[in-house]
Amino acid sequence: MAVKGIIKKGEYYDSVTLMLVARDATKLEGVEDAAVVMGTLQNKSILENSGLLLEEFKDATDTDLLIVVKGIDESVCNKGLKNIEEILKASKSKIAEKGEFVPKSLDGALKIAPDANLVLISIAGRYAAQEVIKALRKGLHVMIFSDNVPKDKAIEVKTYGRDKGLLVMGPDCGTAIINGAPLGFANVVNRGDIGIVSAAGTGLQEVSSIISNEGGGISQAIGTGGIDVKKEYGGLSFLTGLEALVDDPDTRVITLISKPPHPEVLEKIGSVIKRTDKPVIAAFLGAEPELLKSIGTIPATNLEEAALLSVSISKGTPMEDFRREIENKDRELQKLAEDLAKTLSKERRYFRGLFQGGTLAYETQLILTDIIGGINSNVPLDPSLKLEDSWKSKGHTVVDLGEDEFTVGRPHPQIDFDLRNKRILEEAKDDSVAIIYLDLVIGYGTNMTPGEELTPVLLQAKEMSGALFIVEVTGTDRDPQNKSKVMQMLKDTGAVVLERNASATKLAGYILRNIGG
Amino acid sequence: MNKANELFKQKLKVVNIGLTSFKESLDKAGFEAIQVDWRPPAEGDEEAIEALSKCELIEEKLNIEKANKEALNRLLSAKTRLVGMGKAVDVVPGMKKNTILHAGPPITWDRMCGPQKGAVIGALIYEGIAKDESEAEIIASSNEIEFSPCHHHATVGPMAGIVSPSMPVYIVENETFGNKAFATINEGLGKVLRMGAYSPDVIDRLKWMEEELFPVLDRAIRYLGSIDLKNIVAQALHMGDEVHNRNRGATSLFFRIIAPAIVRTTEDSIVIERVLRFIDANDHTFLNLSMASAKASLDPARNIEGSTMVVTMSRNGTDFGIQVSGLGDEWFTTPAEVPPNALYFAGFTKEDANPDIGDSSITETAGLGGFAIGAAPAIVQFTGGSPQEAIDRTLAMYEITIGENNMYQIPYLNFRGTPTGIDIRQVVEKGILPFIDTGIAHKKPGIGQVGAGLVDAPMEVFKKALIAFSKKYS
Repeated sequence: MAVKGIIKKGEYYDSVTLMLVARDATKLEGVEDAAVVMGTLQNKSILENSGLLLEEFKDATDTDLLIVVKGIDESVCNKGLKNIEEILKASKSKIAEKGEFVPKSLDGALKIAPDANLVLISIAGRYAAQEVIKALRKGLHVMIFSDNVPKDKAIEVKTYGRDKGLLVMGPDCGTAIINGAPLGFANVVNRGDIGIVSAAGTGLQEVSSIISNEGGGISQAIGTGGIDVKKEYGGLSFLTGLEALVDDPDTRVITLISKPPHPEVLEKIGSVIKRTDKPVIAAFLGAEPELLKSIGTIPATNLEEAALLSVSISKGTPMEDFRREIENKDRELQKLAEDLAKTLSKERRYFRGLFQGGTLAYETQLILTDIIGGINSNVPLDPSLKLEDSWKSKGHTVVDLGEDEFTVGRPHPQIDFDLRNKRILEEAKDDSVAIIYLDLVIGYGTNMTPGEELTPVLLQAKEMSGALFIVEVTGTDRDPQNKSKVMQMLKDTGAVVLERNASATKLAGYILRNIGG
Repeated sequence: MNKANELFKQKLKVVNIGLTSFKESLDKAGFEAIQVDWRPPAEGDEEAIEALSKCELIEEKLNIEKANKEALNRLLSAKTRLVGMGKAVDVVPGMKKNTILHAGPPITWDRMCGPQKGAVIGALIYEGIAKDESEAEIIASSNEIEFSPCHHHATVGPMAGIVSPSMPVYIVENETFGNKAFATINEGLGKVLRMGAYSPDVIDRLKWMEEELFPVLDRAIRYLGSIDLKNIVAQALHMGDEVHNRNRGATSLFFRIIAPAIVRTTEDSIVIERVLRFIDANDHTFLNLSMASAKASLDPARNIEGSTMVVTMSRNGTDFGIQVSGLGDEWFTTPAEVPPNALYFAGFTKEDANPDIGDSSITETAGLGGFAIGAAPAIVQFTGGSPQEAIDRTLAMYEITIGENNMYQIPYLNFRGTPTGIDIRQVVEKGILPFIDTGIAHKKPGIGQVGAGLVDAPMEVFKKALIAFSKKYS
């Protein structure tokens, strides 16, 4: 076994590029492990733990690129290193290929494009606040995709933005649609008169996609990041977004999405809602409907309902028709559940949900808890149901693979399927599993070939297991991956494939109820 | 009103800092987006990052941008002319009979590098203060001699930058502000005092310069009244010079101006021939004038409240130091390094090289030298580089400068003004270092120049200055 590495001074790449390069490098025959990382303290300690920290790496700084390959012999290592260098070179020239001057700073960018009006920031969290302040000072709106922004800095930038009347979406805001433009992870949806403010990333993707698929349209979809509605952050971004939609002549229906906000934040949201005649639908997942009514919103119990309600109101469909449709749909699901339950052998009793989307993992737990009781999870509704080991399922389990414990040194599970694919095969080995449940969130920014990457794993898992496979797809047919095409590919594996997480979860819940789970 | 509502009415145009896939998405979806090739500021140094964000807050109450515009305007509005010559002790402010000026930030004899020590020894012998090397060393290490940076006396000196009382100096006046700057006459290449050589032929040349060359030049300059230096520099940039490491064009222009005046003001044709041949034989004759012109241009930009513009960048072969307009006379220093990219004369290697030395980086500070290397592609031969590399070097300097020069241009870049006025904030934030092309001295005194090369100014001094700035103005 040999370990070889090189250090490239002053060469900077973003983490996703590097992680994808490293992943490709480990696919080379004879290569056991490889890392391509910037020389930060954290990365160096990760390398040390995996025995890849070469002596010459120890003095490296944040702007030094470290490349290391562990392989069966030296020639494999050399081949691996060369391979990595070529991939990196190709990725750099991709930026420069159009011959455009690529500025090195916001300042430089604004010299080329003085009329820019929004800055999308996805650099490491500890650097993000600095860039945000600069953007806000220049009067630009900001979306902060980055997570791990220090709390005091996050509050500082949100407060600064609110004072200036500028949108500060984030930190940790995965998605938004502004003037029809997909920002971060976002779906291609119709434009229309429904405005969304969301403190839940995949929640926004789910609701905007369903609205669009149902023939409704989105005026603006403003993300805030989940932390925004916590007490310390005061809903600063949420309130700015909501006020903007209240004043926006193109928005006739407002839809709010979040886990239940802190009571103080909820109260402030209520006081903004009082100022408008526009109908406001609130999917504050898990909150008491009466409480939501009291602040002037129309409560929705889940994301699907919020989307359908919004479309109904936007189109002026009578409420009774809407309720009837929901009930019909539910009956169909119960019927389907009866049939599917019969295919399961007796020892198969448990639900295993493996999620890309945090909001969807949360919603599924809410719905299933109502139908079959408590669900174990790495992000449980009830702390007593926390998995001892997030890597091992127990009983009914929901795992959110987008949590930090899974994403250190790895791209988000909406981009990189490897980790979940491995976990699917793990679950398939367990004979007590009745349902393996997957969400699949498509759209811009996410994995571009989800059908191709998931299909072989599903086929392999079905060979191994008599469990039911239910896959929920969030997205639209105009997304670059094309929802219908992806659904068909997955159906061809024999999996049960549905749109809308709430429906798909209910189906799972009814199946489990049928088999006495 | 909420500004978001204005945004909803505008055409969205996104600056994307981070994952390139987000820009690609916007491109595909038909929206305009500009990618920033972002990298961690200050190489990830926490203290410097904190200082940068403090500067953002300082900007709120005190207009740094405005202060920098003022500093740059002063630099750009300078009109520098060579108005005469004199002996250092007679004309250089603060110069006493026991003063020896040196290049770079302040330094004591014991910390001086080989070439600087050698030049001091040479100067003491030249002045008749010491009779030989060993006596010179004893005197230098005693308290008899006051060492002081050239920069503290409106003076600049290439390489070791040693100026002693009897040496003749050029007097350059900035007409706009009335201030003056001084520099010695360039001795030529090879074994010379500025490279630390002090053998008898070096001393003899210095004596000749004082006794014969100086009066001839002085008379000619006075006969002409004055010589417009900025004009020569501007023309030289169109002739492939950057007036730091390449002065062939500028020296030729200077020769064309001074030669007739020398012939007119000196009778002895043998003397005339010696003087003209001396000027002609040394491509670097103009270097000291280029430096004095830059120095005279930069001094009025000092001490502007709230300005982050660099007004001095200089090395003494031991330390690299800068001074910043809004930070008074304080030096920010760090150990100087051996230029990593260099071409060595036959028989010499990196092992022979002294760390970076000289006040000549005053040219870069004023938007010339390495900053104008796009006008001087021949220089990159020193590293085996290409003309495109020279252009790219200049392009990168626009990212860290406050503005563009109104007079000095790069022909290849459609006569764009050279990047001028280094901003410490931008250097630290973007991690782009000021680029200097420079000569290299042998690390031992008495050997002389061994090569030339390209060197980046060290990040450390800009970080230190920025931290001091954020403390002073917070």
